[in-house]
Amino acid sequence: MKKSVVAIILLLMGMLLSGCPDTVSHSRGVYMLLDTSGTYKNELNKACAIIYYLLGTLEPGDSLAVARIDTASFSEKDIVKKVTFDKRPSMSNGQKRIFRDKIDKFIFSAKGSQYTDITGGILQAVEYLDETGAGKKYILIFSDLKEDLAKGYVRDFPLQMEGFNVVALNVTKLRSDNVDPREYMKRLEYWKKRTEAGGGSWRVVNDLERLDSILAN
Amino acid sequence: MSLTDLLNIVPGYPLLSILIWFVVAVAMLYFARYPAHRAIKSLSRVIHNGMRLASRSVLLAEERLVHRNKEVLLAAGRESVERLIEREFQRVDAVVKRDLSGYPALQHTLAEQITRIDEDYRESAELPPPPPTWVNAVKAIAKIPFNNDPTVANIFKEIHKSITKQYKSTMDEYRKSTGARHALLRQMMPYWRKLTQTLDQVGKKITGLQERATVIDHRMEDYEEIRAKTNKAERMLESSSMTQFFISGLVLLIAFGGAVINFNLIALPMSEMVGGGSYIGQFKTSNVAALVIILVEVAMGLYLMESLRITKLFPVIGSMDDKMRRRMIWVTFSILLILACVESALAFMRDRIAADMQALRQSLAAVEGGQPVNSWIPTVGQMVMGFILPFALTFVAIPLESFISSSRTVMGFVLVGLLRATAFLLRLMGNIASYLGELLVNLYDVLIFPPLWIEKFVHSRAQAVEEPVHESRHQVEINTQKETT
Repeated sequence: MKKSVVAIILLLMGMLLSGCPDTVSHSRGVYMLLDTSGTYKNELNKACAIIYYLLGTLEPGDSLAVARIDTASFSEKDIVKKVTFDKRPSMSNGQKRIFRDKIDKFIFSAKGSQYTDITGGILQAVEYLDETGAGKKYILIFSDLKEDLAKGYVRDFPLQMEGFNVVALNVTKLRSDNVDPREYMKRLEYWKKRTEAGGGSWRVVNDLERLDSILAN
Repeated sequence: MSLTDLLNIVPGYPLLSILIWFVVAVAMLYFARYPAHRAIKSLSRVIHNGMRLASRSVLLAEERLVHRNKEVLLAAGRESVERLIEREFQRVDAVVKRDLSGYPALQHTLAEQITRIDEDYRESAELPPPPPTWVNAVKAIAKIPFNNDPTVANIFKEIHKSITKQYKSTMDEYRKSTGARHALLRQMMPYWRKLTQTLDQVGKKITGLQERATVIDHRMEDYEEIRAKTNKAERMLESSSMTQFFISGLVLLIAFGGAVINFNLIALPMSEMVGGGSYIGQFKTSNVAALVIILVEVAMGLYLMESLRITKLFPVIGSMDDKMRRRMIWVTFSILLILACVESALAFMRDRIAADMQALRQSLAAVEGGQPVNSWIPTVGQMVMGFILPFALTFVAIPLESFISSSRTVMGFVLVGLLRATAFLLRLMGNIASYLGELLVNLYDVLIFPPLWIEKFVHSRAQAVEEPVHESRHQVEINTQKETT
């Protein structure tokens, strides 16, 4: 009796310690796009606060990548830093510290870009997040959402964004928006339609005091 | 046929069509009146009887349950009193073994002390002074005629001297012997005290045994009451079982709180061991692992308590031979000790991880973290808690046993209450069905009141016509009888 009980307990503990892998992924993947074009570059300090919030919120096993939006954003070169946090909390804390240092350096030395290829950045985000295998995927776009493509770049095609949560952050109003606010509305509507047409969900968070709503479903 | 068609049997007059339909329906209902009444009545009777039967069977089940509850209650009470009596006898046995086993030695000591006291007493007895044999000689000499003879005077003087001397020496000896006697009596005092103390101890032990015997008597009275299945015993056990149920439930809630704290102590560091990102179903593996460890601790605690024969949840463990049981005690205690050490280490690790996370968050929030004044205190506190809580959880076995045993009777009472309520509801529904049947019959008649009224009218007219005929016939019969007589 006693031997069998001990054997069952050991078996259960062994199963638990070995992981008992779950087929459903519970990890989160976050890809943050930073607009570095024109005057929006001055808003990067706010982006830094958001990244810090993400570093404090994301858990071991989650993935985080920060990339800039420039003339041609559909490129790995635009990824400032990407990491999938270790499953052990102590290791993931170390990774977060390295990530923070890297972002600090980037914010300090970021250069403005001539054009704004948001679509390319989104495509890169989709590709990266699909590779991570995260259960919940978030694309955070820190931009005024004014896409300005260089000549010859083709971006007017539908996006495949099923299962993606797209959150537009700090969508600032341009001077022209103040003249005709419909432009601002149209811009938001355009990105919303594009995202939802691709199967994704769309949200806008302009109040950066409420960062907890970023990763809310 | 659609509703429009139905309302159009007289084209252009829907109201007339409705009226026609109504008349047709009333006529049909009138012709079907008796079969319809019978159908409604039999349906309501079926439901009423069915409900009554169901209610009766539920009441029978309730009676059986009440009987079973009583049996369970009395059996539990009997077992409990048996255990108490057994325990009292064990205590008496222990007292007898511990104290009364020393009685031969005690008796020997008492006899020795009494002998010594006796000897001392004898020695201290006052010796009678030597018989004054020389008094007669003195008397004889004193009768010698004096006649102013100086020789005689000298003799008397000498005699007086020697008597005085003798008296002194005798008195000295007497004083000495009295002193020695007093000394002996003084020596006796500690023996007396010892003797008194020994007798006091014996008295106390005997009193303790008497108290135990009184307790056993009370228990035996309770036991006899239970055996006789008296109502008093049943009421007493019911009240006791309710009290047990609520008290043990409260203690289990407290233990649950302890388990939650324990869980929080080890869940975070477990993620360092099994990974923070893996899941079992909807739950984090680290949380499940922490929970399993706590449950294993509780299980080990149960086995330990069972092996120590404090609880009796597993008869297999209780009936093991003593050698095996002792082994089991050591095995379970060792596992508990190891788990307590593991938890203590995990608590330490938790403190470090939490501090690291706090430092990271502070650096991310760009807040200067103040150095806590005795930073080792929470660490040590958590480690101590991590070590103690597994052992504290061990004692969950005692309230758990009480809870399980008392919940049998409490659940029985609840079930009885539910069955009674069900029986009442079934009976109520049966009666409602019966009265509803009557109501439906009456409503049916209300619907077809025009033909019924006509029927009644025709019937009364027919009676009115028949009555004079009947009376005239009757008169004819009387007349015929008269004529015959």
